[in-house]
Amino acid sequence: MIISVASGKGGTGKTLVATSLALSLAATGKVRLLDCDVEEPNDHIFLKPTITRSEPVTISVPRVDEGKCNYCGKCAEVCAYNAIAVIKKKVLVFPELCHGCGACSYLCPEDAIAEEGREIGVVELGYSDGIDFVQGRLYVGEAMAPPVIRKVKDYSSREGTVVIDVPPGTSCPVVEAIGGSDFCLLVTEPTPFGLNDLVLAVETVRELHIPCGVVLNRVGVGDRKVEEYCLKENIPILLTIPLDTEIARCYSRGIPLVEGMPEWRQRFLNLFSNIRGAAVARSR
Amino acid sequence: MKEVVVLSGKGGTGKTSIVGSFAVIAPSKVLADCDVDAADLHLLLSPTVREEGEFWSGQVAVIDKEKCTRCGLCQKMCRFDAIKDFRVDPTSCEGCGFCSQICPVGAIIMEENLSGRWFLSETRYGFLAHARLGIAQENSGKLVALVRQKARAVAERLGLGYIISDGPPGIGCPVISSLSGAHLALMVTEPTLSGIHDLERVIGVCRHFGIAAMVCINKYDLNEDNTRQIEDYCLGQGISVVSRIPFDNVVTEALVQGVPVVEYSQGRVTSEINRLWQAVTRSLEA
Repeated sequence: MIISVASGKGGTGKTLVATSLALSLAATGKVRLLDCDVEEPNDHIFLKPTITRSEPVTISVPRVDEGKCNYCGKCAEVCAYNAIAVIKKKVLVFPELCHGCGACSYLCPEDAIAEEGREIGVVELGYSDGIDFVQGRLYVGEAMAPPVIRKVKDYSSREGTVVIDVPPGTSCPVVEAIGGSDFCLLVTEPTPFGLNDLVLAVETVRELHIPCGVVLNRVGVGDRKVEEYCLKENIPILLTIPLDTEIARCYSRGIPLVEGMPEWRQRFLNLFSNIRGAAVARSR
Repeated sequence: MKEVVVLSGKGGTGKTSIVGSFAVIAPSKVLADCDVDAADLHLLLSPTVREEGEFWSGQVAVIDKEKCTRCGLCQKMCRFDAIKDFRVDPTSCEGCGFCSQICPVGAIIMEENLSGRWFLSETRYGFLAHARLGIAQENSGKLVALVRQKARAVAERLGLGYIISDGPPGIGCPVISSLSGAHLALMVTEPTLSGIHDLERVIGVCRHFGIAAMVCINKYDLNEDNTRQIEDYCLGQGISVVSRIPFDNVVTEALVQGVPVVEYSQGRVTSEINRLWQAVTRSLEA
């Protein structure tokens, strides 16, 4: 089963939930954690994995052989991203704009364009406390997260449980990370920001036809509007986590909740049963 | 006219609460919400929309079933795995148009894509440029650029002194778009190991693009060891830590009331945010 942990709003507790869920499940079976928040991956801070392998993520960018090029301009005409331009007797390539679609190279009448890999990030694989660990890191200064996320997701598995830590927001990186999940946990907080961004996140997972449930974090401050919304929309609240200085202290020091406060382990196992129940109820 | 962008790397560190407060404190400014994925600033500023428009960006491939001969070339050549069973999945399509170029029977057309809406609103603190990216859309960077352009146009027309932008989390496309050409990036971080890790990466982005940066540690008293670690790190990087804001439930209480915290409370958080704005203006004028 593939469970993604998403939120809309940042800083609501995705990493806390993803790491504690994976650690709790590791005692019961095979579990793999994919950190797809490749702009700011944080799971490694909590799991301190041993990294055994790292693979560069490249996108294919054009390299023009000016010996063969006759400056016809076809490449610039077909490029949707303005990543290649032909100015008189010169071809200019802007690699940071290139999405690596391959159109210029394939369509060049003179066969003058080869492709070469440009490294934009890295995928790291390893293990930690019975968890198969995979994370992606977008290099600083690079704009395009989706190719790195795609590469992390190549390590998804149909065996055991896969937990995916998703970046915040609702745009292309989120869709890339959530796609193919069997269930999406939406972590939020009981504030107007939390509610506003939860509504957006719910729209996103519904667009992708993925069943979802809510984890409500920092309960005790704020209001009850998230609960009212969930009731109205028939979205189950599968776990609530109180606003608690001990929980915040564990988090600030990079200690997974289920390790700092072991009584939470059973609650995360219950969360998993609840997810399975909700997924089954929906498939009926 | 000077522009400050508030960033954090990690989400949820308090960017929007601080920008909302700057809206109250700062004279002669326009506000811009550059977190177009999950915009929240409007929840504090109760804007009235004065102008709005559609944001068309990029294209999406559509296969004409009548013409399609099911040869499979498009599926084979698409690098984004966006075509399955001779249908385009619009959420995976990156709009490159390669399939449309190579289809032997001309069965694939590229349609313009409506990706969101932009708004220019009036608030009781001044103008706010903001936007709403459509669900599961691409090109958030371009929408950020549009929001900043709208804010700049207002600032120029009215002769305003400052543009204050609420930035997105992360370090990727929309962050880079909100930074380019800004005069100052104010980093709001928190004393957690995640906060520190993410701060280091977003400071790297500022350095990469040559944007001056300064740091505010929010909720600094939640873990004072980590706060010292951030201060040491910043010292080593030659970046000023200009403010330490204490943790206080008044920030959330103000949020629930839908008002900036500096209007809700006259306590320590408010006086610290006032000092922070003074530090920002000193840096912008220097």
